[in-house]
Formats: sequence, structure tokens, C-alpha cells
Amino acid sequence: MIKKEMIAMLLAGGQGSRLGVLTADVAKPAVSFGGKYRIIDFPLSNCINSGVDTVGVLTQYQPLRLNTHIGIGIPWDLDRNVGGVSILPPYEKSTSSEWYTGTANAIFQNMRYMELYNPEYVLILGGDHIYKMDYEVMLDFHKANKADVTLATIPVPIEEASRFGVVITDEHKQIQEFEEKPEHPRSNLASMGIYIFSWPVLREALIKLRDQPSCDFGKHIIPYCHEQGRRIFAYEYNGYWKDVGTLGSYWQANMELIDLIPVFNLYEEFWKIYTKNELVSPQFVAEEAVIDKAIIGEASEIYGEVHNSVIGSGVYIAPGAVVRDSIIMSSSSIGENTVVDRSIIAEKVQIGANCVLCTGEDIPNKVKPDVYSFGLVTIGEDSVIPSNVRIGKNTAISGETDISDYPGGILSSGETLIKVGEKL
Amino acid sequence: MRAVGIVLAGGNSSRMKELSNKRAVAAMPIAGGYRSIDFVLSSMSNSHIQKVAVFTQYNAKSLNEHLNSSKWWDFGRKQGGLYVFTPTTTPKNSYWYRGTADAIAQNLDFLKNSHEPYVVIASGDGIYKLDYSKVLEYHIAKKADFTVVTSDISGRDDPSRFGVIKTDADGRIIDFEEKPISADGSQVSTGIYVVRRRQLIELIEKAIEEERYDLVKDIIIRYKGVKRVFAYPINTYWSNISSVDSYFKTNMDFLKADVRNYFFKEYPDVYSKVEDLPPAKYNSGSFVKNSLVSSGCIINGNVEGSILFKKVYVGNNCSIKNSIILNDVYIGDNTHIENCIVESRDTIRANTNYVGENGKIKIVVEKNERYAL
Repeated sequence: MIKKEMIAMLLAGGQGSRLGVLTADVAKPAVSFGGKYRIIDFPLSNCINSGVDTVGVLTQYQPLRLNTHIGIGIPWDLDRNVGGVSILPPYEKSTSSEWYTGTANAIFQNMRYMELYNPEYVLILGGDHIYKMDYEVMLDFHKANKADVTLATIPVPIEEASRFGVVITDEHKQIQEFEEKPEHPRSNLASMGIYIFSWPVLREALIKLRDQPSCDFGKHIIPYCHEQGRRIFAYEYNGYWKDVGTLGSYWQANMELIDLIPVFNLYEEFWKIYTKNELVSPQFVAEEAVIDKAIIGEASEIYGEVHNSVIGSGVYIAPGAVVRDSIIMSSSSIGENTVVDRSIIAEKVQIGANCVLCTGEDIPNKVKPDVYSFGLVTIGEDSVIPSNVRIGKNTAISGETDISDYPGGILSSGETLIKVGEKL
Repeated sequence: MRAVGIVLAGGNSSRMKELSNKRAVAAMPIAGGYRSIDFVLSSMSNSHIQKVAVFTQYNAKSLNEHLNSSKWWDFGRKQGGLYVFTPTTTPKNSYWYRGTADAIAQNLDFLKNSHEPYVVIASGDGIYKLDYSKVLEYHIAKKADFTVVTSDISGRDDPSRFGVIKTDADGRIIDFEEKPISADGSQVSTGIYVVRRRQLIELIEKAIEEERYDLVKDIIIRYKGVKRVFAYPINTYWSNISSVDSYFKTNMDFLKADVRNYFFKEYPDVYSKVEDLPPAKYNSGSFVKNSLVSSGCIINGNVEGSILFKKVYVGNNCSIKNSIILNDVYIGDNTHIENCIVESRDTIRANTNYVGENGKIKIVVEKNERYAL
């Protein structure tokens, strides 16, 4: 008989539209982070390190990269005879066929997957945070409190609490009230979007709310459980937890890794983060190269200068190029004498010679000022940038561009250049 | 592929000096992220050889650790797999491997129970890429009994530590002298052989009956007059690492763009065990030039013309020149290292000096207490 005490359901179907062109072709959990990782590596590694060896990954938006990255789960030791990792896309049914319309709806549509493992507890995870967390400790808390539902929460500064969903607990950490983005927060414990449900409780709630449009954990399932008088507890987590949902926070979280002793330390022996390694060869630093403060992935070749940056695997930085305060993801190349400042450059991007990135005035982006801000240049996957162009601040580029796309050789601050190529 | 693979990785070499105290030559770390045996295993995997036996004997701990899973080289299939054979005592035999032929003889069942018609035999100390199916095609076309892959090492290495080979115009080996006192020619055996499986079984059984235990001396060289033994010359990169000098030189070759591109960028890839280390980290004050740096390294000092293997920590104000720092070495502040090979898992104290004088390579073995960082 198959029996797993706790299985995890990892919601990885979201686009993450606030990451702009970075998520044009890939789901947010598949976006690179910290040189060689992808965001989803963190929850997946947390699972295996916590002893959770059965993980359903729910995909919907642009799943190809996630599928190839996860494969059969070898890098995370999630290739198991029983359990392991399973990719769960929406599928056609004999009666109603629909996309995943909300987080809880997605889980509801995979009821049979969960029943297969006969679990006592189900752990619900998102795929968009950088953190190391022992879910087993949270489960112990859940059991000790005889809880029906446990929410992972993190204390945030009270002045920022109005950006989060906060919980108000009694002295035993039992949750009395929820406040979604309150104007005057009465608590600084923010929900992290990580839940442990006792399986019968989750099952009952999902079935009861099956006709709820866009059924969501935070908006529907948790309030429903609360109304039913279920025992809901707040587990307080005090480690590093970083949302990388916006370009600014994504850039910031990467930059923090370069600190002398980073708050989020990838170099600890304990609690390793696993990822699929395509390259194992060392990086080459040339005679004329200058590197100070950087992390650099495997097989990269550095001929130019790198200051205060996160460089992925297989990146080529040509002689004379200067990269400063930037993120360059795997397999991209920077041409000779090009100066890259405060840029996020996605995978497989080719930038020509003698370009200047991130120059000029700080003018807000004209199309999506809330997405492309922080004075950054953001360049999407597989983009091509010709030689001799100057690119302003708060700009975004995606696609194979040529010199005719840059009037006078310039893309001014605040502009967006998206070329939908012949990509089939 | 119509062949099984045999990797001879049992050997030790006194020419490796202290470096072989802790591991077999086949387990020597190479080019930052690899071990020597990765090259032969990757070539076998890429040639679609699915069933490979590795014979180990001398200090196989590192090697066994490296081979703890066969998935990195894509073996471990239902059809085929990676087998590691160490000497075992049986009612019939209580010897160690008395030589390469004896190693095969003691595991002759592996060959007898295979159905592939050919065998590719290779040593674990060669750095190269080779499509063995090309060698096999040649072997068949020449109607050869044995094919020996050869390389011209003039100007690179000393032929007198190899088997020196002379052929006739057709490629047939007419002279094969093992480790000659003075070498006449620079065409040497790479230790890679192709032979028909039944032929090999027959020759091995005969040799053991006559108490002869060496594959090269007692079989290939002995039979070269009566059997058809051919040379298959290769002109791509090949290097044997079984001496301190050639080990050092081979590693340093990877600082050259053409060698790096050949192994790391051109098809097919070389595979190795994945160790899940974070990217290399350069802190301010680091100054790195003309060097290879592997994952998990943290650099605070100067590194020039050197190779840092995985998980090397270089302290503040250090200077490392023309050196190879093997895996998991901690180097304290203000240390100077030049012309050295620093043994893996070493802990080098702060304010120390290690210099190989007069261009001679010094091997540094320092097992100091390492405090938790």
C-alpha cells in the first residue's frame, strides 16, 4: 500500500507579470537566480531537505523550461520508485475541462493525484520566494497544536505590514483574525503563502468550494476554514525569506548574494540548494580581466571587467567590456568595450560591441511604469542587441533587434522595445 | 555499439609521488571540475558503449566515491551498466590482481557473459576525447586481432615512460617496446585497445595458464608477430597524467583557449559527478588573472596563472602563482604559493610560504586542523 505522511503541492503555474520581459517565455519559478539556480530550486530543495519526497508541481503558464529543468527530479533526489516529483498540468476531463483558474482550483483539479498517496498532511507551496525552510519543523508545530491548518508567517516591519496579508493570533499562536493588506495593521505577522493542511480538512474545503470561481487559498479556502471553526495556527518563521516578484526586489536579492557574508548564504554545508547542472567545467578568467565582488557560474569566460555583479553559467564577457551592478544569466555574451550598468540580462542574450546600457536620465517607463522602474535595463531571453547603441534607464528590450530599431543609435530612458520575432 | 568497455584503473604510479598516496591515478582531479576517469567514461558513453567494467585495486576510496552512481555518465541502464570490480577472494583464487591480464582473467565471467562481439580496453589516466566506434571500424577494416590507439608525443612528453611503437606502411605494428631506455621514435601507445571478445578470452586464458599476467607485455607484444596487431594513430589532444610533471602540464594546458574549447565547448561533452556547489565568489580585494576557477570557490586574494579546483578558499592578501590547488583547500591570509600542487583537503596556515624552486613543482601536503569558518 502506498502511504506518505506529507506530500507537497507546488504552485508553479503563474506568469509573474511584474517581472516583465523576464517571464515573456518562461514561468516565474523557472527564472534564473543567483548565477546558477532557478527560483523553483529553493522550494524543491527545501522539500527534499525536509524529508518530503513526493512533490506535485502544478504548471500552466509556459511550462517548457520547467519541464526540462525538473525532468524526473534527479538533481533533487526526487526520482523515486514511489512518489518523487510529478509535473501536473491542467488536463481535459470528460465533463468540465478548464484551465487552473485559481490556486485552490488548481489543487482541486489534482485531487486524484493527492489521493494516490493517501497522505495525512498536504503542504501547499508557491514557486516565487527565495528561502531555506524546514517544513518538517512546521509539521511538528502543526501536530503539536492538533491544528487543522497551519500558515507559515514571518514578522515584517509594522510600517510594511500593510502590503501583506497579516494574521492576528492569541497567545497560543492560534489565529483569531485575518486582515488582507490592512491600512492600519494590528499585527506584523505576514502570511508567507505556505500552508499545511490536515488532508481531510483540505479535501472537505476543496469539494465544498468546487464551484467557487477562481478559487484561491488566501481569499476562499482559509476564510472558509476559519468560518467553520477549524483550528488555524500561525507558525512563525524567522529566517531569510525574499519575495522576488518585482524587478527591483529580484535585482536586490541577487545583489545581496555578493556581500562579504551574505544574509542568505549559499556556501553553508548544511541545507544545500540543488539545481540541474548542465555545465561542470571551470570558469576562465583571462589575463586582462578585472573582477571584484561578484559571483560567477561554471564555464563562463571573463575577459573584461566585472564589478558587483551576478554572472550565470557559460557567459562570455569580451575584452574591454565593463559590467557593473548587473545580473547576467546563463549563456549570454557581452561584446567588446560594451558598458553594462544596472541591467538584468536574461539567458542567451547577445549584446554587440561598444554599447552603453543604463545611461541618461531616470525617466519612468512609458508603457509599464510600475514594472520597469528602479532605473534598471531589462533584457528578455534570446534577445539580440546590435553594436554601438545606447540604452537608457527604465527600459525593456525583447527580441532580435537591429540598428534600425534604435533611432540615432539610442533607446531613450523609459522606452520599451519588444519585437515579436518569427519564433515558432 | 558492438563493444563492451573495460577501464583499467587499478594502478598506482611512483612518478606521481605524494599525489598517489591518497588515491589511484584514475581518480586524480583534472581541469577544475573533473577527475581523470571522467574522460574515458565520457568517451565510452558518447561512443554508445553501454556496458563498462572498471577494474580498481590501488587505493580506490576516492575512485569508488566518484563512481558511487553511474548516472553522471548516463550508464546505469537496464541494457548495460557500470560495474566496478575490485579483487575478491574466491575458492579458486586469493591473489590481488597480479597484472592487467590477471585483472581481466579474474573477472573473465564479465566477458564470457556479454554478447557484444568486441571489447574496448582503456586506462583511466588518459585525458582525451575519442569516438571508439571509429577505432572499431578501423579494426574491422584491417581485419586486425588487436588495435592499439597511438599518439605522437614528440615535444610534449618523454616517450621512454610509454610503449613506443613502429608500424609498417599499412599500419601494422612491427615494433613495440615497453618503456625503452632510449626511445627510438615518439609514436606511443595510449593504452587504448580494441579486440574481439572471444579472441581476448582465449588469449587471457592461455596467458594465465602460462603464468603470464600483463596485457601489454605478455599478450600484445608477445603475439605481435603471429597476430595482426595494428596501430590507430590519433592526432587530437591526448595526454597521460601519470607523472607529476605531465599531471601539472596537462592541467595547465586547460588555460589555453584551444584546449578548453576542444574539451568544454565542442561536441561531445565530458561528464562528471555533479556536486551541487554554489557559484564561485569573488570578494573585494580579489585579483584573478589567467586562471581557471571552479564552483564553490571563495577568493579574497591574488591568483595568477593557476587552477583552483572546487571549493577552494583563498584568504586575504594571498598570492597564488603558477599553481594547482586541488579540491576543498583552505588557504589562510597572507600566504604565498608558487609552482606548487596543493593536495586536496589541505589547510594552509596564514602567513606561510610554499615555493617550488627553480621551476620544479612542489607538492604541498598540509593537514592542519581546520576550524569551523
